[in-house]
Amino acid sequence: MRDLVKQFGRFAALRGVNADFVPSRLYAILGDNGAGKTTLLRSLAGLSAPSRGTISIMGTTNLRSICSHLGYMAHPSLLYDELSGMENLRYFARLYGIDNNKRCEEVIRSVNLDPELQRPVGQYSQGMRQRMSLARAFLNDPEILLLDEPFSNVDLRSAREMVNLLIQLRDQGKTILVVTHQASLLSGAANEFVWMEAGQIVNRTEHLNMGKGY
Amino acid sequence: MVKPGPIGIARTTLLKDLRLEWRSKDAINSMLFFALLVVVIFSFSFDPTAEESRRIAGGLVWVSFLFAAVVALNQTWARELRNQVLDAYRVSPAPANSLFLAKSVGNFVFVAVLEALMTPLFIVFYNLRAVGPAYQLLIVAVLGTWALVVNGTFFAAISLRTRSREIMLPLLLFPISIPALLAMVEATSSILTGEFSPRFWIVLLVAYDVVFTIASLFLFELVLHAE
Repeated sequence: MRDLVKQFGRFAALRGVNADFVPSRLYAILGDNGAGKTTLLRSLAGLSAPSRGTISIMGTTNLRSICSHLGYMAHPSLLYDELSGMENLRYFARLYGIDNNKRCEEVIRSVNLDPELQRPVGQYSQGMRQRMSLARAFLNDPEILLLDEPFSNVDLRSAREMVNLLIQLRDQGKTILVVTHQASLLSGAANEFVWMEAGQIVNRTEHLNMGKGY
Repeated sequence: MVKPGPIGIARTTLLKDLRLEWRSKDAINSMLFFALLVVVIFSFSFDPTAEESRRIAGGLVWVSFLFAAVVALNQTWARELRNQVLDAYRVSPAPANSLFLAKSVGNFVFVAVLEALMTPLFIVFYNLRAVGPAYQLLIVAVLGTWALVVNGTFFAAISLRTRSREIMLPLLLFPISIPALLAMVEATSSILTGEFSPRFWIVLLVAYDVVFTIASLFLFELVLHAE
């Protein structure tokens, strides 16, 4: 991304962000509330058009053309509360042209949930919902995963399982950008920590403790 | 993984919406309650003769269906805002028009169910009997309902991100629905009274439906991806 600016009225959420992200790596994006992390992720997902600047992913600036290679997990679950996990995933799978239920069952199992569970997602615990939301994000086997606060409201054990899954996905060649406030969970897992402040990237470090003094 | 076809996605989305409505019954319950209130209140407010009923019923029926439809139209998109599910659609390669088509057909089904349930009540409360060819009422109902839902679905999507979308939808929808509403009321009245041919009004409804369906399909992608 080059000189990326995103304004909401007179407020600039991103102020000239310049960054390159190398494939097959796991990046942790850190920063205080309002630093611009979520806006950055939404811009990369093509959900928020930049006010200025360019984003190029997989060699194109037309993000719509590569959307099937992206997986996006937001802070809200992006799931229908009235449907079961399997029904949700079956619906989203069809949007990506995935017609078999096997893939849905596979991703649900990979986040340690039961595909047979008939309960609607609205009755899931917060942790289960987060895991199902992660399953939805990589349902289409994307090359790039954009995850916004995947560990929030998740117990420590489940969060560690999610981190292990992210490491597996990274080792399979996926590029993963994780926005989180629980940076310590990704210590030892992330290849790089990207520190944001006031809409800008202020530091990039290989280890978590190196960036704290930016 | 194959590129999903637009009709297939519209069908999948429609089935998903029907399933959601079947489980929650949000739209149909509120529409029914509202339309029922209108029928009862008007029947108590004045006591028309059969002749008078035939003249005013067209207006009464369609205005109550229009108001009731607004409830369903708001619900249909509110469902997509909960948990920001709409974003999951927006990041997928699925075409915007499939979503619009599915939502429009879904709303058509909901409003048609409402009409099927409320029409017998209108007949009983207002002592209605068609003097003209009654089968034409079905044509007017289909064309009129589509006119309401195709515009309603489009404008409900526009008002989706506004702060007071429940107010915004009627403000946008009602003025633009005036030609269709006029055609529906006049066609219905002409069939009920048998005084004149509804042909002109039916042709107007067809033209209205064609123009607004095409325009909405063309513009919906912009609306969906607007911030």
